[in-house]
Amino acid sequence: MNQGPEGRSFAFKDCALAAIATGLRAQNLRELRDRLLQVDSSSIYHHFWGGLLRPQFDEPEYNNDFAAWAHRALRDHIAAERLSVIDPTTFPSLEELRDEVVDVIEQRLAEHETLAWSKPDEQFSFIRSQIVVFDTHRSIEDPAALAQGIPESSTSSVFYHFIDARRRTPKGRDDYTTWLCGFDGQYDGLVARLADIDPYFVSLRELREQLSAAVGGYFQEQAKENV
Amino acid sequence: MQGIQDYAGIAGTDVIDQLRQLAEPLRGMKVVHVNSTRVGGGVAEILAKLVPLMNDLGIETHWEVITGNADFYQCTKHFHNALQGDSVEIPASLLRNFEEINRQNAEQLRPALEDADIVFIHDPQPAPLLSMMPERKGRWIWRCHIDVSRPHRPVWKYLRPFLTGYDASIWSLPDFAQSLPHPQYIIPPSIDPLSDKNVELPASEVEEVYSRFDIDPQRPLLTQVSRYDRFKDPVGVIRAYRLSKDFAPGLQLVLAGGSATDDPEGEAVLDEVHAAANGDPDVKILLLPSDAHRTINALQRASDIVMQKSTKEGFGLTVTEALWKGKPVIGGNTGGIRLQVINHHTGFLVSTPEGAALRTRYLLNHREVLESMGQKARTFVRDNFLLTRHLREYLTLMVILRNDHADRVELS
Repeated sequence: MNQGPEGRSFAFKDCALAAIATGLRAQNLRELRDRLLQVDSSSIYHHFWGGLLRPQFDEPEYNNDFAAWAHRALRDHIAAERLSVIDPTTFPSLEELRDEVVDVIEQRLAEHETLAWSKPDEQFSFIRSQIVVFDTHRSIEDPAALAQGIPESSTSSVFYHFIDARRRTPKGRDDYTTWLCGFDGQYDGLVARLADIDPYFVSLRELREQLSAAVGGYFQEQAKENV
Repeated sequence: MQGIQDYAGIAGTDVIDQLRQLAEPLRGMKVVHVNSTRVGGGVAEILAKLVPLMNDLGIETHWEVITGNADFYQCTKHFHNALQGDSVEIPASLLRNFEEINRQNAEQLRPALEDADIVFIHDPQPAPLLSMMPERKGRWIWRCHIDVSRPHRPVWKYLRPFLTGYDASIWSLPDFAQSLPHPQYIIPPSIDPLSDKNVELPASEVEEVYSRFDIDPQRPLLTQVSRYDRFKDPVGVIRAYRLSKDFAPGLQLVLAGGSATDDPEGEAVLDEVHAAANGDPDVKILLLPSDAHRTINALQRASDIVMQKSTKEGFGLTVTEALWKGKPVIGGNTGGIRLQVINHHTGFLVSTPEGAALRTRYLLNHREVLESMGQKARTFVRDNFLLTRHLREYLTLMVILRNDHADRVELS
């Protein structure tokens, strides 16, 4: 998508999400498990990643909506902690991520003698999202220009290239990496640095800073070596 | 009147660029918003800003207001209360009048609405218009600004048939969405940082409200800004103030509200508030005109703590306004307040006057916490609840509607 075969250009895109209520709700862990089994995988995606782009506090106590709900509405801190450490980047597909969430909930259900219920106005509401991708009319030819391009990108552009890319590219890679890999191994060092960045436990603002530091640092070092 | 570029200084140039890019494919479209009041209340305030900005982005956008008689507003006030959970029985005569008023408005608005590419109908008052426009050519969206998480079922059952024909609906929170046969989008509302109600004020203008309303600037000030509506629990605020005053004798309370033209209950609630205040000179009960935006702005800035002790709340824009001014908010644990008041970060969620009093005392005794919460609150609003984010979500929705609700739309 970003890799021009001739010019090898990288086009910076941006995106916006629209959140849609699915109508599915849960009031306890058993209902949450049942709805998780039936809900579209785009909803699982939204509850792990969508929080980065929708209005929410930047320092959430828990990184996914399931954990936050177990903590806030069910007061089940054990379930909340177990759900919170699920890192979606470590699962090759959303179906495997779904299985893991269901497994954690079932484990907790097996331990529970009584079922914790949320208040009626604190039920878990399943959301899914639609995405609109648009062109920023900015593109670069030289990977060194990423050092300026990433800090100038909006946080949603970073989301599109570094997070959304993983579910729409065949190898599950981010767009920056896919582009850099098209230069015959010339930027493997930078690719390795990008691979070290975990996008899940930071806000998009922090992610942009980490990416900028990784890319900027890499090209500064390259420049020193070349002197 | 501000243009879209005026927001770059606060929201960032990248945000403005985004809006222009999203609006590109929508240029030339005709959009109409319809609601039931031009002044008073959050909906009118948002539309007054959103409509010019959409025009500035090249999307021809109009704002129409339906008009009604006293019975119509009485009926829609019942709707409002019932949708928020009150058990209200509405006489059949009021419902017949509600439909008749909509029919009359439909005749007046027919040319504009039938010709529009996208029509946004705000809240229940004009909801039946869709069923009266069989020749409509555009997409129609019902925008609900009310907390409908647990509606009084008979009233919801009456209104639902008017809503099923819409192409989509918009709700402020996922908890409010109902069973309807169309996509239900979640878009929280927003505030305009450049409006009179939110713009930075010179210190002299803030100080002026002290003398105008006989407030002692040396003593702490607690403020609730909202209409005199039982769901806003102004009497509960007075109780919280009384409980706090035992420990902070200098505490002053301002209740500042106005009335919207579509709210016939305000006067009765105001009487209850006066009775509860019982002549306490440190309780100022203000009835402000609907255009007193700078006064409200100054009062919020003059406050130490802002309260919004609602028992039901669609979103609570007064909360957003206070947070934007760097004030921690003690808010009722309900509706959209939960999305904004993050316990121990931007304020406190409470369920009772006692809880509100406890948190008031805590903040007055921990000034450093009060200050740091206020700073976090402002950043939180800048990132999430400004008009630019709201506009982006409307544009996103419009692009998706143009693409037949596709899950992924790639604009070239």
